[in-house]
Formats: sequence, C-alpha cells, structure tokens
Amino acid sequence: MTKYHLKKRIDIVVEAPLIRTLINTLDQAQVPGYSVLPILEGRGMLNAWSSEGQISDAANMVALLCIVDAAHADEVVDAVFAAIRDRIGFVTMSDVFVLRPERF
Amino acid sequence: MLSFGLQNLLSPMVLFFILGLLAVWAKSDLSIPEAVAKLLALYLLLSIGFRGGAEVSHHGLTAPLLMAITAGIVLSFGTPFIAYALLRAATRLGATDAAAIAGHYGSISAVTFAAVTGVLTQLSVRYDGYLVAVAAAMETPAIFAALLIASRERKADTGRSEFIREVAFNGSIFILLGSFAIGAITGERGVTILKPFILDPFAGALCLFLLDMGLVAGRGLRQGWRYLSFTVTSFAVVMPLIGATIAAAMAVMLGLSVGSTAVLITLAASASYIAAPAAMRLALPAANPALALTLSLGVTFPFNLLVGIPLYIAVANRIAH
Repeated sequence: MTKYHLKKRIDIVVEAPLIRTLINTLDQAQVPGYSVLPILEGRGMLNAWSSEGQISDAANMVALLCIVDAAHADEVVDAVFAAIRDRIGFVTMSDVFVLRPERF
Repeated sequence: MLSFGLQNLLSPMVLFFILGLLAVWAKSDLSIPEAVAKLLALYLLLSIGFRGGAEVSHHGLTAPLLMAITAGIVLSFGTPFIAYALLRAATRLGATDAAAIAGHYGSISAVTFAAVTGVLTQLSVRYDGYLVAVAAAMETPAIFAALLIASRERKADTGRSEFIREVAFNGSIFILLGSFAIGAITGERGVTILKPFILDPFAGALCLFLLDMGLVAGRGLRQGWRYLSFTVTSFAVVMPLIGATIAAAMAVMLGLSVGSTAVLITLAASASYIAAPAAMRLALPAANPALALTLSLGVTFPFNLLVGIPLYIAVANRIAH
C-alpha cells in the first residue's frame, strides 16, 4: 500500500512586479522548490482585472506555490509575509500529502 | 488645423484604436492575446530604436543631440513636481496616489511616440533620429522624481534592489536603446538589410497594436471609471497640455525642426503605462494601481491620440524653424 506523508503547501497570489522579490525570499528561506503560475484574470477588493492585451506586468497577478516540511512552514510564511505585507494579494497554507517526502 | 485634425481622426491608426474602444463598449469578445501584444510592443520599439540609431550614425554625436537629451531629462524630472502640486491643490487625492500619478506623467509613452512618428512619416515630415535617445532618456527620471516626492511624505518603499533593476533595466528601455545602438553601429547597411522587416510592416503593426490599446483602454475605463472624479479626469487632459507648453518653449530654445518639435512636445505630453506602473507598484505599494493606469491609458492616451498629436504638430508648424 502506498504511504502518504504530510507536508505543508503554501500558495501565494501577488502582483507580478513582486515575483523577483518573492523568489529571492523563498531562496533565502531555503525552500526545496517552487512553481510560478500565471493568472488570467481576477477580482479583488479594489477592482476586476484581466491580463488580456496587457503589455506591462504592472496590472497582472501571479501565483506561486511551494511545498515544505511542516517544521519549516511557519518560518517560510513569516518570511513571505514580511516581503509582501503591504501588497495586493494573499498567502494561504494548507495540508497536503506527498508520495516522496525526501523531496520536500 | 481642423482639416488636419480630421485627417488624423480618419487615419487607419486612430480608427483601429476607436474600433478597440467600440469593441469594449459593444461587449465583444474580441481580444489580442497578451503574448501577441507584447510582441507587437517589442517590434514597434525595435523598429523605432533601430531607425533612430541609423539616423544618428548618419549625422554623428552632435551638440544638438546632447542638448536635446538634457532637455528631455529636465522635462522628465521636473514634470512630476508640477503634476503633484496640481493634483494636491485641485483634487482630493492623498500624497501617495498623487506621487504615483505624478511619476506616470513625467515619464513617457513609447506607444504615443510610435503614433506621432507614424503620423509624421505619413505627412512626410522629417524628425531627428536622436529623439529616440531622448525618449529613452525621459522614461526614468520621472520615476525618481516621484520617489523623491513620496519620500518627503515618508510614503515610499525604496529599499529594494528589484526596484533599481526594474527602473534601470526595464524591458522597453532596453530594447529601445539596444536597437538604437545596433542601428547606430550598422547604419545605412543595416537599414537596407532590415527594411522589409522594420519599415514596410510598421504601419500595419501599429494599427494592430492600437487596436489592442483601444481594447485595453476601454476595459480600463469601464473598470476604473468609479475612481475618476471630474477634477482628477480633468488633470489627465490639462497635464499633457502643461507638459506640451513647457516642451514647446524648450524646443524653440533648442532650435529644433518642425518634426522634432512635434515629437518633443508629444513626449512631454504623454504619460507612461508600461515602465512607470511597474516601478510605482514596487516603490509606492499603498497607491491605488487602478487610478494612475486608468488616467494615463484611459484618458491621456486617447486624448493625445485623437486631439493632442494633431494639435502638437500644428503648434510645431507655427513655432519651429
């Protein structure tokens, strides 16, 4: 029977110009890896937006996810939040189960 | 001037822009994929930069070039202070929003630059190629001026290396200056080789790009109109005219030609919605991002395209040599 291992998934949605800052923060926090995903459109507290036809990333949002060990998760979230505290976006943390725990 | 204005309104470029606006109004699902829009922007900047550099290689590094660049930097750095003072005096905007908007209005719109050079080419009015370098020089000083303004109000976040990188190595400046340098190095030979790519398709590419700008401007206005009070919207029309007036005076002092005067005035009257927005998001996080972008793209850009450019060319005809 396959064994599953509990880890923490951190999802971050943030303004596209901040992506470099965020990646540097995650590298400094020594996360095992991350993935960046484009977001097509959305709506927040201020207004709706769409990436269609935009030639600048200023109005775009991106999503970044990473999976870390539970013991490391709070430290990573604190570092991420400190980097993007005043920015448009959100950070969530959830439980996930992985098959290869040595990779996270 | 009226017939020229009408001629501009009936030009393919402007009509495609209006088509984009109409598509949004009609709630059409017409859209230009983001990657295509970015490719068109790259192409336009590459073409303009290359042609400007080739022109400069023909005439060399001259005192008028250096003086024009200096004038451009002064314009770009000084305009945000005027914009900020006007916004604080005439609107209810707070210091942060006013500083962010001021940064947009000191910087320039590469697309408006492409539009005015396109119109001048159609009219067979020559302009100095070094104005490409002037345009590139005018992108950044305004951003630093906006930071200075915001720092005085203690509202800026300037402690990030990413901000410096964004401002110094912004993609649109990089391609503009890079292709300018390549054009300067390769000169007439380069133009001959690349003519089928950089000259012949330019007008068509500009039409497609302005169609996209119409769509983006229309969507931005539809979503951001609630932030636009009468006074704030008026700023987006008045500020270009103030910038144009100052630039006109500088152009006369520099002794620029008609075409070059028209370009410098248009640059000073334009507002950035490519380089400045990203830099302002990094430096002034508390500013409302929808406000500056809606003003520069939804109000000032259409104003300049439909009314401003013919006006600035008419003024240049009157005051320049």
